[in-house]
Amino acid sequence: MSAVAFDRVAVRADGGRPILEDFSLEVASGEAVALVGPSGGGKTTALKLVNALRRPTAGAVVVGGRRTTDWDPIALRRRTGWVIQEIGLFPHRTVAENVATVPEISGWDPARTRARVAELLALVGLDVARYGDRYPHELSGGQRQRVGVARALAADPPLVLLDEPFAALDPVTRFALGGEFRALQRQLGRTALFVTHDLREALRVADRLAVVAEGRVRVRLAPDEVAACDDPVVRALREASGL
Amino acid sequence: MTDEIVRATLEHCVLVLVSVGVATAVGVPLGVWLTRRTAWQRPVLGVANVVQTIPSLALFGLLIPLPLFGIGMRTALVALTLYALLPILRNTVAGIAAVDPALREAAVGMGMTDAQLLRRVELPLAASVIFAGIRVATVIGVGLATIAAPIGAGGLGTLVFSGVASLDDTRILGGAVPAALLALAADGALGAVERRFRTPR
Repeated sequence: MSAVAFDRVAVRADGGRPILEDFSLEVASGEAVALVGPSGGGKTTALKLVNALRRPTAGAVVVGGRRTTDWDPIALRRRTGWVIQEIGLFPHRTVAENVATVPEISGWDPARTRARVAELLALVGLDVARYGDRYPHELSGGQRQRVGVARALAADPPLVLLDEPFAALDPVTRFALGGEFRALQRQLGRTALFVTHDLREALRVADRLAVVAEGRVRVRLAPDEVAACDDPVVRALREASGL
Repeated sequence: MTDEIVRATLEHCVLVLVSVGVATAVGVPLGVWLTRRTAWQRPVLGVANVVQTIPSLALFGLLIPLPLFGIGMRTALVALTLYALLPILRNTVAGIAAVDPALREAAVGMGMTDAQLLRRVELPLAASVIFAGIRVATVIGVGLATIAAPIGAGGLGTLVFSGVASLDDTRILGGAVPAALLALAADGALGAVERRFRTPR
């Protein structure tokens, strides 16, 4: 059974402008799929359908065997990790408090939350004794994104959504974090949907690529099929990434 | 005279603390509610604005003929509370509205309920702005409470007004100087609280 399935989904903006049209995609359990394509193509909207921040106008998004519209949105979101650009960390809360967010709002007991926070920060290469009490503004961009990944994984969600998580970073850090994320995702066996406009990053983090433009999935590709693909959007992405 | 000043200062503090306290207890929840029912923001803030615009002596004058009011501390307290309400209400709405929408979406996307969003994200991030509103309301309240003396509010205004009536400069200063100091002290103390709540960046 697929972990996430988009079945002919349409989303319209309030004014009626179509954002997604006939959007279909299946993501198997444990698989990492990159949604790659130019900005404004509907990638972020597709991601927000999965944690019910948006509702489909037509079609259905099925997560864990149930339509997102049938889920209690709070329960769905707590089992779905979400990583966004660095702005997503709470500036008034320390690193440890940020990572503890979902366990805390889900009512875990404090000792279990503390242990989990230390474990996760270690997993992303940050020592809780050194970084736990710092505030996001005291960290580098790369460290902040590590905290963002740790926070998304805190309550052990089977599914993780990442929306351009490393886009604000310098290319070297970005490359490193992409690799680290990939290793982590394989090690933990989590299903991941990773939105990026950078083909190079998509190839680095995902098992499979879905090329999204103008509200549709144009092509679904394995990484080794990218080089030979003659779809014009894929060609443009390749050129933009120097591949 | 010293006894009189001390008593008047205490009365003055009670007037301000009670009115700002009630205005905070009403204004902050009302402001939060308005951020959830944005259609009501305009009418409610509009009414509060109108009340704020009425000159204070005129408002006292308008309240006195009403049943249950008349001359006395109660009327003064109601008027002072009405005046304190607007800055607190407005700053609560503005402070919460100023929270970065991306942060709000992050919180909702992580599975926070509305109450959790409010308690864990919006109120802490808006706290310094809300406290700025309370500070403004308090400083205005210290001044207005002085003017409320003619309607029987008590407080330091009593000394000022009776001093003016009897051409007694010592009496005037005995009311005016503590009132000024009170306003400065309130401003300083609440400013410090406000800074404590500022988000580190």
